[in-house]
Amino acid sequence: MKVTIDNITLEVEQGTTIMQAARQIGPEIAPPAMCYYEPLKASGGKCRGCLVKVTAGSEKDPRPMPKLVPACLTQVQDGMIVENTINEEVLETRRGIVEFLLLNHPLDCPVCDQAGECHLQDFSFEHGVSNTRTAEERNTFEPTDLGPNIQLHMNRCILCYRCVYTADQITDGRVHGVMNRGDHAEISTYIDKAIDNDFSGNMIDVCPVGALTDKTYRFKSRVWFSKPVEAHCDCEKCSGHVTLWYKGDEVIRVTGRKNEWGEVKEFICNTCRFDRKKTAEWTIEGPTQISRHSVISANKYGANLIQPAFPISQAARDYKLINDDRDRSFLTDQIKLEAKK
Amino acid sequence: MKILTEHIDVPGIETIDVFCKHGGYQAVEKAIKKMTPDEVTEEVKKSGLRGRGGAGFPVGMKWSFLAKPEGIPRYLVCNADESEPGTFKDHYLMWKSPHTLIEGMIVSSFALGANTSYIYVRGELMYVIHILEKAIQEAYDKGYLGKNILGSGYDLDLYVQPGGGAYICGEETALLESLEGKRGNPRIKPPFPAVKGVWQCPTVVNNVESIAATSWIINHGGEAYAAVGVGRSTGTKLISASGHIRKPGVYEIPLGITVEDFIYSDEWCGGIREGHKLKAVVAGGSSVPILSAEMILNTVDGEKRLMTYESLSDGGFATGTMLGSGGFIVMDETTCIVHNTLTFARFYHHESCGQCSPCREGTGWMDKVIYRIEHGKGRKEDIDLLVDVAKKIEGNTICPLGDAAAWPVAAAIRHFRDEFEWHIEHPELAIQPGAVYMRPGASWAQ
Repeated sequence: MKVTIDNITLEVEQGTTIMQAARQIGPEIAPPAMCYYEPLKASGGKCRGCLVKVTAGSEKDPRPMPKLVPACLTQVQDGMIVENTINEEVLETRRGIVEFLLLNHPLDCPVCDQAGECHLQDFSFEHGVSNTRTAEERNTFEPTDLGPNIQLHMNRCILCYRCVYTADQITDGRVHGVMNRGDHAEISTYIDKAIDNDFSGNMIDVCPVGALTDKTYRFKSRVWFSKPVEAHCDCEKCSGHVTLWYKGDEVIRVTGRKNEWGEVKEFICNTCRFDRKKTAEWTIEGPTQISRHSVISANKYGANLIQPAFPISQAARDYKLINDDRDRSFLTDQIKLEAKK
Repeated sequence: MKILTEHIDVPGIETIDVFCKHGGYQAVEKAIKKMTPDEVTEEVKKSGLRGRGGAGFPVGMKWSFLAKPEGIPRYLVCNADESEPGTFKDHYLMWKSPHTLIEGMIVSSFALGANTSYIYVRGELMYVIHILEKAIQEAYDKGYLGKNILGSGYDLDLYVQPGGGAYICGEETALLESLEGKRGNPRIKPPFPAVKGVWQCPTVVNNVESIAATSWIINHGGEAYAAVGVGRSTGTKLISASGHIRKPGVYEIPLGITVEDFIYSDEWCGGIREGHKLKAVVAGGSSVPILSAEMILNTVDGEKRLMTYESLSDGGFATGTMLGSGGFIVMDETTCIVHNTLTFARFYHHESCGQCSPCREGTGWMDKVIYRIEHGKGRKEDIDLLVDVAKKIEGNTICPLGDAAAWPVAAAIRHFRDEFEWHIEHPELAIQPGAVYMRPGASWAQ
C-alpha cells in the first residue's frame, strides 16, 4: 500500500494507521500524540492533537476528506495523500488544541516533577503560541493519593485516559476511571479507594504530563540533573528491564524503558519500581540513549552538544510578541553579533 | 394533515383497546402477515422519510446500510433521550400515545430483522417510562409482542431502558455505551453502529418520531406519505413551539408551510404575544444557528422561507439555519441575545462529556467569556476570541456536540454582533436587570 505524507511516499502494510506510517518516516513528520499510546488497546482519538488533512482518500476515490481526521485512528488506504506539517489548517487547529489543553493547566512546570520529560511541554513548545488569550480563572482540584506510592494532581491532567486503559488492560479488576463530565471530569478511584496491585506504578510512566507522580521520587531532583542508565534484574513478576535514574551515586527513580515516542517497551512491577533502589540489586547495562535535543542530556555528556533549536533573533521577536516591556537592549548586541557571523 | 397526532386527544388513547378502535396495530398485522421485511424497507424508502432527530438522514437508506452477517443478532434502538433545549415533541408523543411508538417499533424491528429492541428514554421522564412499560405489557398480552407474533414465527422483545439524564447520551454511540451500562462517552467512528452497535452487533438507532411514522407509512403506502411535503422534505413534522408566542405547544405540521404562516397563523403559534414583535428565532433546537426576524421569514433571494429541511438551511450558515429536531424557540424584542447565548453556552459546558479536548475546554471557555460579557466585564477582544474558539471546536471533535456548542455562539455573534459590542461598551447599562439593547430605529410596539 502506498501512502504519501507531506510529499514523502512510502510503502506500508494494510491496517497501518496514518500515525504509524508517519512514525516510520521520522519524528519530523510524525504528528504529536498526547493520548495515543501504541501498547494500549483503544487508546487515542481524544486529544485531537494529531489531526491531519487527507487531501485524497485513496486511489479509487481521490476525494479529500471533509474534516480533519485523527492520524492515530485512521487507517491508510492505497494512494492516500496526507498533509501534516505542510498544511496551514492543520497547524492552526493544532495551535488551538494546545491552547485548549493549557486552558485549565496550572503551568506549574517549575515545581512539577514531569518537567523536562513532559509531552505537553514538547507539544506546546512545538505547536503552541507564546502568548495567552485567556483571562478566566482556572478550574482547580486538590491533589489526592491513589495508594501508597502514587499521587494524583488532577490540575495537570489532560484526560488522555491512558492510565485508565493501563489499569484496565494490564491488571485484573478495574479500580479507577473517570468521574464527572466536561471540564470537571477527573480521574478517580471508586470512592477514593486505594489502587493496590503490583503493576499500578505503570500509570506513572504512561502519564504524558505530571498528573500521576511517583511518591518515592517527588521533589527529589530535576530530570536534567539525573542520569539514566539501563539495567535489569531477575524479577519473578516482570521482565526486570528498567531504566535507573542516578543522581550522584544514588538511584533516585526507577522507570520502564521507553522508546523514542515515549512509550513504555515493557511494563514493570511495583517492586522493581518502588523498592529496588540500590545499585547492588541491579545489573547495569550502560547509559540510556537520549536524544541530543532532549533537556535530559544537557550538561552531562560533554559540552556544546545542544544547539538552540531557534536563533536568537527569533527569541527577540517572541519577546516582543508577549507585549513585555522589559528591557531588551541586551539582546540587540547579540543579534548584531549573530549578523556578523 | 395529521399523521402522528390524529387521535392524540381521544380520551384513553394510551390504552390498547381505544388505540385499536382508532386503527391501531393494523400496520403490524399488515406488515407481518402480508409483507416481507424488504418490502417494508422499500416502502419506507419510497416515503422519503428523513430522520427526525436532527440530522435529517433518510431513514430507509439508514436501514439499508445495516450489516446483515449470518448468525449475529441485529438490534433496533429507539432514541428517546430527547434533551435538546427547546425540543419536547417525543416526550409529548410518548406520554399521550405510547402505542403509536410501540407499533412503529414492531414494524421497524420486523423490517430490520431485529428480535430484541430497546427504547432508551431520558431518565428525567420517569412517568413516561411507566406509561411505556404499561403499554408494552398490554401489547404482550394482545400478542403483538413476544414469541411468534400473530402466528407468523417472528419473535420480538421490547425493553425500555431509562437513561441517566445526560444530553450526551442522545448522541447515538454514547447512547449505545450507556445502554450497555457504561459511561456515556461517544465512540469513535468508524465503525458505525450499522456495523458494530450495541453489544458489538449491527444496530439501527432512530428517533421516536421517525419510528412512529413508519406504521402510518405501512398502512397508507410510501407514496401517500411522500405526497405530503415539498421536495425531499416529505411528510409531517412535530414542532415544539416555545417562547414569546400566543400558543406555545407541540404542533404537527405538513412540511412546506411558510415560517411566517407557522408563527402568525391562528392554526399554529398564533403570533407574537400582545404588543411585541418578532426579534429572533432558533428554528430547530438550541444547537442550530439563531436567525433574526428578517432572515427567518425570507431567504436571501427574497423568497418566503418554508418549514422544510432545504429551505431553512438555504444560504448555508451565513444566512440560514437548520430544521434540526424541531425545537422552535421564538424571541421578541425583550430578549437579550447575549443572555440567551449565555444560557445555551452554559448548557453545553455542563453537558460536554469531557472526552476530547476541544469540546471539554472550549465549551467551558466560551461559557466563562460570555458570562463576563453579560455581567459587564467584557473586553473588546472577547468577541473575536469567541468566534475563534467556536471555529476551533467546530469539526474537530469526536461527536457532534462540539459543533452543537459552537454554532449557536458563532451565529449569535454573526447576526447580533452589535448587541455584544453594546454589552462591552456600556457595562453599566448592560448589568441592569432586564437590560436589552435596541438597534437604532427599533421599537417595542408592533
